[in-house]
Parts: sequence; structure tokens; C-alpha cells
Amino acid sequence: MINRIVVGAGYGLTDWIAQRATAIIMAVYSVLMAAVLLVVRPGTFEAWQGVFANGVIKFLTFLFFVSLFYHAWIGVRDIWMDYVKPTGLRLTLHVVTIAALVGYTAWAAAILWRL
Amino acid sequence: MAEMTIKKRPKNLDLTTIRLPLPGKVSILHRVSGAGLFLCFPVMLWLFGASLGSPESFATFKAVAGMLPVKVILAGLLWAFVHHFCAGIRFLLLDVHVGIEKEAARQSAAVVFAVSIPLTLVLWGVLL
Repeated sequence: MINRIVVGAGYGLTDWIAQRATAIIMAVYSVLMAAVLLVVRPGTFEAWQGVFANGVIKFLTFLFFVSLFYHAWIGVRDIWMDYVKPTGLRLTLHVVTIAALVGYTAWAAAILWRL
Repeated sequence: MAEMTIKKRPKNLDLTTIRLPLPGKVSILHRVSGAGLFLCFPVMLWLFGASLGSPESFATFKAVAGMLPVKVILAGLLWAFVHHFCAGIRFLLLDVHVGIEKEAARQSAAVVFAVSIPLTLVLWGVLL
């Protein structure tokens, strides 16, 4: 067996596929939401809040956020792996990145389900 | 035991002298825009939360989003999103082997800029 260098990533296709799947989800959501906003044209607070209070939009928006944060994890992890050489520092940055993204996920859920 | 045939290849990693071809520029800007968006997640989440919280927080959101420094940041984030979006679609097409020949790849890189820059300006006009 070859000496495996610890880089702090999985070694399969999962992340590669997840990066693309989340990208497609976000692209579809963005186009869909642009269309919804063009039709509804929410100019006031009530109208704007009403858009996201809709159950389907709320679900899709949360799906978008989860996709966004998973996608960001893979991309940011790749940046740390490319530029940060000391293993300890790199793995610390990985942990900080995950912690931030998990926190953002809860934050997004709180924003949406307060409505 | 195989002979050691690793040759010392010429290497140039001096960023000040490298001239990236257009697809290289799309690629590095994809990374830069992604990193910028990541760093600004808290700003965007805060603005999103304020816009949806209450009539009072919505008014705060409008006031904050209207401040010049915030507008500049939002314009940058808008470009980052649009570039990342357009370049991302190009990468997805390359993944399924659409336009992987050198000439086609150069042309699609030019298309990314030709779409992302005007689209950013249009959205800027609509949103900001």
C-alpha cells in the first residue's frame, strides 16, 4: 500500500458528485425564484414576507441553503487543501469551516421558520 | 527497480509573470468569487433575516442596504454570484464533455464573460 498523505478529504466520488448536484439545485432554484419575484413583484414588507411564508417556497429555500452550504464546504475545503500546507492548521481550518456552515444552516432555518 | 527517470521540468509559478489564457481566468475567478461569497455568508444571512423579520427590521434592512459601502459590497457579491453561476454552467458542460476541444473551450470562456458582465450590470440596475 502506498503511504497515504493526510489531506483531510474523502477519497471517493461522493463530494465530486455532491458539488455538481448541489450546483444544479441552486441554479434551478435561482432561475425559479427570479421568475417568481418577476411575477409577484413584492414591493412591500408584507408582500416580500408573504413570498417566503409560502410552504413550497420555504421548503425550496431551505433546500437551497443546505445545498449552498454543502457546496461551499467542498469548495472551501479544496481551497484549504491547495494553499495551506501545515496539516494541523489545515485541519483546524476545516473544522472551523464546518462549524461555521452548520451554524449558518441553523441560522437559515431560524429565519425561515420564524415566518 | 525502475530507473529514476524523473526529469527536472521547467516550472514557472511566479504569479506576476504568468499570463493566464481566458479559460484560466474564468477558472481562477470562479474560485475567487466562490471564496468571496463564502466569506460574506454572515452578511447575506443577516440581511436576509432582517428583510423577513418584522416591519421594523425590514426598514433597518432597507437603510443598511442603501448605505454606499454596503452597496459596493453587494455589487461585488452580485458579480461574484453571476460569474460563479455562468462559469459553473460552463464547468458542468465540460464535465459531460461538451466543448472540451481547445478552440471551443476558449470560446465558451469568452461567452462566460460576455454574459456575466452585462448580466451583473442589468441585475445591478434592477436590484440596487
